[in-house]
Amino acid sequence: MALAILYDSTLCVGCRQCESACAERWGLPYNDAVAAEEKLSDHKLTAIQTHGEKFSRRLCMHCNEPTCASVCPVGALQKTALGPVVYYEDRCIGCRYCMTACPFQVPAYEWSKRWPRVKKCDMCYDRQKAGKPTACTEACPTGATICGDRDALIAQARRRIAEKPKDYYPKIYGLQEVGGTSVLFLSSVPFEQIGLRTTLPQQALPALTWRALAAVPDVATLGFVTLGGIYWITHRRETVAAAENRLRKGGAK
Amino acid sequence: MNSIRVPRFTFWRAVFVVLMLAGLYASWVRFYYGLGAATNLSDQFPWGLWIGFDVLCGVGLAAGGFTLVAVVHIFNIERYKPILRPAILTAFLGYLLVIVALLFDLGRPLVIWHAIIMWNPHSVMFEVAWCVMLYTTVLFLEFVPVVFERLRWKAPLRVIRAISIPLVIVGVILSTLHQSSLGSLFLIVPHKLHPLWYSPFQPVFFFVSAVAGGLAMTIFEGWHSSRALGRPFELPLLESMGRVLAVLLLVYLTMRALDLTHRGVWSYVFENRTESYLFGLEIALMLLPMLLLFRGHVRENPGALYGSALLVLFGFVANRLNVSVTGMEAASGTHYVPKWTEVAITLAIVAVGFAVFRLAAAYLPVFEESEAAAPALEAEAVPAPAGGD
Repeated sequence: MALAILYDSTLCVGCRQCESACAERWGLPYNDAVAAEEKLSDHKLTAIQTHGEKFSRRLCMHCNEPTCASVCPVGALQKTALGPVVYYEDRCIGCRYCMTACPFQVPAYEWSKRWPRVKKCDMCYDRQKAGKPTACTEACPTGATICGDRDALIAQARRRIAEKPKDYYPKIYGLQEVGGTSVLFLSSVPFEQIGLRTTLPQQALPALTWRALAAVPDVATLGFVTLGGIYWITHRRETVAAAENRLRKGGAK
Repeated sequence: MNSIRVPRFTFWRAVFVVLMLAGLYASWVRFYYGLGAATNLSDQFPWGLWIGFDVLCGVGLAAGGFTLVAVVHIFNIERYKPILRPAILTAFLGYLLVIVALLFDLGRPLVIWHAIIMWNPHSVMFEVAWCVMLYTTVLFLEFVPVVFERLRWKAPLRVIRAISIPLVIVGVILSTLHQSSLGSLFLIVPHKLHPLWYSPFQPVFFFVSAVAGGLAMTIFEGWHSSRALGRPFELPLLESMGRVLAVLLLVYLTMRALDLTHRGVWSYVFENRTESYLFGLEIALMLLPMLLLFRGHVRENPGALYGSALLVLFGFVANRLNVSVTGMEAASGTHYVPKWTEVAITLAIVAVGFAVFRLAAAYLPVFEESEAAAPALEAEAVPAPAGGD
């Protein structure tokens, strides 16, 4: 069982109840000024965006193989068995590699704090563990955001597309992007028109660095043997020369 | 009798004092008000000058240390020995300053040690952290004999000599690993780094260019120490190093050209975009010194040799900044220019590096090897490794 969120842009009316519920859950201030901001930040972990007549939602995508979790040197970000990607602030050293690496540009930083944290949606991990839906799901009045088992949500998304082919762009965003995500999108228009990155590879990004990292033990072992060997060759000449010198001197006497 | 020497007030000392004061103020801003107040970094652009210059260039330009250690101690090319110690000193100082810079850049510098106990072997940053920690220790052990010689401590010298060969080999391997891994850091951003720089061979490019940058740094520092300390310029040595540098640059540029070809991205080179011009600049700053260094009369002229090395250093810095800053800008959707506080801290760190090098060169036997104590990493002072015969 892997939990996921399905956001259906065609059902969203832009009421921003999800934003408000999210802010409440995190204990963050929420007012008209915050509501007007359309990008993620340390005080806004989900954002409704307007693209002409359409709406879109921004939040952590909770990748199946999260780039952020793979790059974090201290394991402060982890993919839970339940689905959410969570942040352990007690481990974080603040290198911000997760922010550089995230293909969706999600993690935000508390730039103004002296002891800053990374801030991002954790798919209400504590609520989900207790069997409750995410705060945004609970708040959504139109069913644009729902949560549940990823496979079930995919099946439901496919059903919606099949039932109303005219209303939907016939793809599910998040099915394969960077190896699949636990947040899925439906839209009436191609996804780039509602601000989603459609140029991302289908394969999970951590494989890219793992290929290099996996070579480390071999490079180290071969390096040790090779350099040791070179040392032996280059210094052996000397040892031999010195021995010959001694012999020659001894022979002359 | 007891006259106190008042330091003379020179131009460079005045510059140093100004840089220190600016750096101190900027440090206060950084640690009191946080990264937001001290930098122009943002959620869209979380790495800037401190990572791009202080860390990436600092580590890369310290590569002269491991290169010369390998040349002298492993390949046993003894004639480079006179410039070995200054290269080790440069590298050791370089790594210490990189760590200082990291403490500025990390959001939570006090828990930098978490990397020691909280492991994530899937992270390139984790590997780099370990390599840098271990290699800085190796550099300390490679450098500290100079201090022991000055203090005439024989016993610790003997201990270090006994482990010097494995130490040297481990140092070279650690360097190879993390110099290349700094390039691997950017393998994870195919969607962000401009195609002129995003290459699966980035680790190889980082390694080769670090060796080239390290050699250029050795020539640079040979020139400056000969002028500042009134020592003769090691021309024959540095001339032959210029030769090696020319070949390395040729290999490097050929690799880059082949990479562009195989990825089919030459068209980007000729676009009318900032990235294309910066790419052209970076390549020109490697190509021009390469052409110069292939000419004998350039290498045999100290000023021209120094000038060529300086161009390589600029080319190296341009490359690292392109990969980590300018190449990442377009995809980030923001524009990043470092804040004055970022620049002030960077300059202060560089200034401290120059000053400490100068002091060490003045008070420690960095250049002349004392006769009483043989050089610490001297090969013949070490028993032949097992199976040596």
